[in-house]
Amino acid sequence: MVNYFFKKLGILLLSLLVVATLTFFLMHAIPGDPFTQEKAIPQEILHAMQKHYGLDKPLIVQYFDYMQGLCKFDLGPSFKYQGRTVNEIIKEGFPVSLCLGLEALFISLSLGILFGSLSASRQGKWQDRSTMFIAIFGLSMPSFLLATFLQYGLAMKLDLFPVARWGTFQQSILPALSLAALPTAFIARLLRTSMIEVLHQDYIQTAKSKGLSPSWILYKHVFRNALLPVASYLGPLTASILTGSFAVEKIFGIPGLGQWFVLSITNRDYTVIMGTTLFYSVILMITVFLVDLLYSWIDPRISSSTKGVNS
Amino acid sequence: MSYLDSISTPLKERFTHPLPSYSEKAPSFWKEGWKRFCQNKIALIALSFLIFFIIMSIVGPWMNSYTYYETHLPLKNMAPCKKFWFGTDELGRDLFTRIWWGARISLFVGIAASFIDLIIGVLYGSMAALLGGKIEEFMMRIADILYSIPYLLVVILLMVVIGSGISTILIALTFTGWIGMARIIRGQILQISQLDFVKAARALGAGKIRILISHLIPNCMGSILVTVTLTIPTAIFAEAFLSFLGLGVQAPIASWGTMANEGLSALCYYPWRLFFPAGFICITMLCFNLVGDGLRDAFDPRIHS
Repeated sequence: MVNYFFKKLGILLLSLLVVATLTFFLMHAIPGDPFTQEKAIPQEILHAMQKHYGLDKPLIVQYFDYMQGLCKFDLGPSFKYQGRTVNEIIKEGFPVSLCLGLEALFISLSLGILFGSLSASRQGKWQDRSTMFIAIFGLSMPSFLLATFLQYGLAMKLDLFPVARWGTFQQSILPALSLAALPTAFIARLLRTSMIEVLHQDYIQTAKSKGLSPSWILYKHVFRNALLPVASYLGPLTASILTGSFAVEKIFGIPGLGQWFVLSITNRDYTVIMGTTLFYSVILMITVFLVDLLYSWIDPRISSSTKGVNS
Repeated sequence: MSYLDSISTPLKERFTHPLPSYSEKAPSFWKEGWKRFCQNKIALIALSFLIFFIIMSIVGPWMNSYTYYETHLPLKNMAPCKKFWFGTDELGRDLFTRIWWGARISLFVGIAASFIDLIIGVLYGSMAALLGGKIEEFMMRIADILYSIPYLLVVILLMVVIGSGISTILIALTFTGWIGMARIIRGQILQISQLDFVKAARALGAGKIRILISHLIPNCMGSILVTVTLTIPTAIFAEAFLSFLGLGVQAPIASWGTMANEGLSALCYYPWRLFFPAGFICITMLCFNLVGDGLRDAFDPRIHS
């Protein structure tokens, strides 16, 4: 377990380093600098600005400066909005995105587990077929399209929900639903497959022949084992909700971090792009790391089997 | 009569047809799988839809007299009618023609990206499995690290840096897209190498490369096919998503994602401008998913074992 922890931690740190380096050099590979504008700036001002942002130093020095800043969680200033730092932007936008993301996470986990277990326990019956049919629709519906459909149908035409903006619970329902649809469908399918697999195991036969009631078997024996793959999906799930939020926040006009990310791309505001990318990567990698740990804690076979491979 | 028939037919066949050769005796894996696939009605319907889309993407743009870039400013934002089958956009361009042009781009990006993934993935995965030991460990570690980087972020970064265009989308999508395939191939090869027929081939003195090419990879074909089919909708989705964020192909060419993005601003008044491209994205992804599911049921050996 301890071995496993350090191995995973090593991979996490290495990946972070790779992402940071990659983003840094990609950003600096772009021709021109952030101050290239249509209107020519006097040479002295340009130099002063470059000096101010440290762009006159050699690339490798800038790299180490940036890395030093990163260690202190300082992501630098925004090039587009004077006097604002990337940290401020993240501090402002992230709570909104987090709130929306957690709501979507909650919806997808609860509905996904509900539908998945329903269809697995009624395998082959109409409940199973209809849920799986809906699930494959959910799987083929990108969140940004579902968001526009929901906005048009439920908010504009039927007037059931507010069309856009952020602040009240009603306003968060449609964006959260559109973010949650795809993961819900995925979880339902995943859980169904793994539950059916568990249902065919010998120990379920044993439990049945012992005379345990079906609902007890389902809860105590099937469910617990079948939830393992769902736990391992939590990492990609977070990724899907996070990246989905870029478009969904744009559609619903939500002032979250995803909106900022998109805005910084259109503005070509490089420090903000880089800062937010790094921030997202860190969140995702830490989620995956925690899920891995959780997973190996629930299922000790994982960490012991990797140890076996290594030795 | 019937008795005579029953014994004479095989006899007749024996004389009229040459003896079945060795390879024809066992029912082929592909034929069996295809037969199982054909029993899945929904997957077959989805497949025919996809074939229809591919044909339409070739002939669709020529089915009326408009081009994807020609503007008719007095006729902008027309609803679907006899003249413009899917209506027109804010510059009066015919949406029907643009949709099928977009289909070319979306389908091309989807299929090309998953084939590049396939080639890199198979090479990398089989190399890793073949070399084994420390090198394999190292190669899979690199894949792990690349895999843990959220791929849409990398794609967006690359798009910002290299600039938008179809080739950039392909580079960006395949930058980390091959890893899934590489992992599957490596796992399959490790599993199959333990089987008796590979041991037999090894005992007969076949080299590593020969075993790989003539024994291991052909036996991975089932899972390769399934993975490729299921990668295509992911790639189509990614392209649409990027275009939707404004990072896609350049005007006047438009993919479905670009058109959906343009249609979003007119959602209140001209909803069809969003609904046609959006609907085509959804139906195409749905069909690929259904076909992929059907192929998995038909070809994945794990289900039958």
